[in-house]
Amino acid sequence: MTGADGTACDLFPLAAAMPVPMARRKRTMTVAKAGATTSPLPLAGEGQGGGKHAPPSVRKRGREQAEFAATAVPQPLACSLTTFAAILIAMTVSSPTFAAEIPLNERKSGYEFMGPESRAMQDDDSANPASLWVLDGEALWKRKAGTASKSCADCHGEASDSMKGVAARYPAFNASRGRPVNLDQQINICRAERQQATPLPLEGKELLALSAYVARQSRGMPINATIDERTRPFLEAGRTMFYRRQGQLNFACAQCHDDNWKEKLAGSSITQAHPSGYPIYRLEWQNVGSVQRRLRNCITGMRVDNYPFGANELVDLELFLMWRARGMPMEAPAVRP
Amino acid sequence: MTADDANRRQFLIGAASLAGGLITVLPVTDARATPATMQAAIKKVVGSAALRKGKVTLRLPPLVENGNSVAMDVAVESPMTADDYVRAIHVFNEKNPQSNVVSVRLGPPAGQAKLSTRVRLADSQRIMAIAEMNDGSFWSDEVDVIVTIAACLEDPV
Amino acid sequence: MARTLINVPPKAKKGEVIAIKTLISHEMETGYRHDNVGKAIPRDIITQFVCTYNGLEIFRADLFPAIAANPFISFFTVATASGTIELKWTGDNGFSQTETANITVE
Repeated sequence: MTGADGTACDLFPLAAAMPVPMARRKRTMTVAKAGATTSPLPLAGEGQGGGKHAPPSVRKRGREQAEFAATAVPQPLACSLTTFAAILIAMTVSSPTFAAEIPLNERKSGYEFMGPESRAMQDDDSANPASLWVLDGEALWKRKAGTASKSCADCHGEASDSMKGVAARYPAFNASRGRPVNLDQQINICRAERQQATPLPLEGKELLALSAYVARQSRGMPINATIDERTRPFLEAGRTMFYRRQGQLNFACAQCHDDNWKEKLAGSSITQAHPSGYPIYRLEWQNVGSVQRRLRNCITGMRVDNYPFGANELVDLELFLMWRARGMPMEAPAVRP
Repeated sequence: MTADDANRRQFLIGAASLAGGLITVLPVTDARATPATMQAAIKKVVGSAALRKGKVTLRLPPLVENGNSVAMDVAVESPMTADDYVRAIHVFNEKNPQSNVVSVRLGPPAGQAKLSTRVRLADSQRIMAIAEMNDGSFWSDEVDVIVTIAACLEDPV
Repeated sequence: MARTLINVPPKAKKGEVIAIKTLISHEMETGYRHDNVGKAIPRDIITQFVCTYNGLEIFRADLFPAIAANPFISFFTVATASGTIELKWTGDNGFSQTETANITVE
């Protein structure tokens, strides 16, 4: 992999963080905080935005940081740091009018950011490795479980009928929990309450197989998570998280995924972060994984304290991302790099 | 953001610079193939016969999205008749820990000498596909690929 | 038993060249990785894949750690007669799996 200056470098660029002096950082943090609390976030607004991120003084910080990084860093880290600095400048300088949500008709699935070979892998069910999980899920659907000795099929019949459109509606409000749950959690709720079986481990092969099988039944259908007075507070919590600068790098999700989705980060395309394909077969994992796994990857990359699988924060964020992707067709199970 | 957080940031930045990043797929002791070991592996197959360019088409994406799984096609022009067919296809690499990628044996029943699979590529490198014909001749094709990694890696397990 | 997905056309004309696509669930652990305490994770891969058609071997592949996880292998054969296509994967730690598909050739 090559850095911005063309030299070969093996280091993952974000791992080699920049030695930014603390004085500069503190100033930035104060500014960012003020920016985040002054304007209330718009409710269900399309195309509204502004004021959420990249206040003017951050631009100066970006340039200062870049100069500092380019001169004061040992050689092996330099290429990754100058790449990183370039991206940081781009992020802070490229949005003079505080770029906002992506207009609905400009939204693109992660599919469109992939190369033709990866797309071909997704398009052909007999070549998509996720199909192996779908087949496992189909077997699990029919398998009796728990002390009630019931299978999913015993209540839900043919998944191709009963599960059509279901994955497209999740995360969905669960009355007994008083909050939205995602599809994996719902599967486990069914297991515990209906089958009297132990819940499946989160991110385990069986749960991913069932999730892939159920999500597959919604392929092509528009994403349609319900936002009403019950789910709205959780949508807002997810939205706050998406737009909040956080962690060591002081990034907000929006800076990459709203503002810089046409650019590249470490040679990979920055997508718009629509979860239309989950669970996905990610080439990086050589495995199928959930949106929570992917969010945790991003959160690690942003150098933010991570959330455990099943955390409410991750479900709130998923709800926001599904709302943000409303109307886009489901592609599960997708292939992603 | 508290003073504690700020201090932790500074410490982590320093530690990360020392640690040099997350665990990768590559071996710690870096015993890797090199162009020389690739040549040695090729020699084992080809021996002293001439290795000619042609007849073989090796397809790999020039810019690989993720080195963990790269779609690869190899096709060899041949009528695949009893008198004129491809006996074997071998694929080699330059920078993975090991020089071999896959070796395939065929015969006239194949009808077409074509193979598709997915390979792992540890770094930007040259890949070579060699076809062995029934008359003992060897033909080859090679491709240079650039391999990038995912931008946001997970914590090590 | 690993999950497999095999794509063989159920029907073909005699003499037609058909594509066979196979996918098998397998981690293909390279043997070059180390865990978080630095211990080497031992190799565990599929080392060979053989396809026979009515008992005649039509395709054989030696796989190395450079083959990606959940190996996808696609190749061709001439449809000669109705019968059984047998696919066999073998590998480290005694891994062995055989699957069959039927084909009608007219």
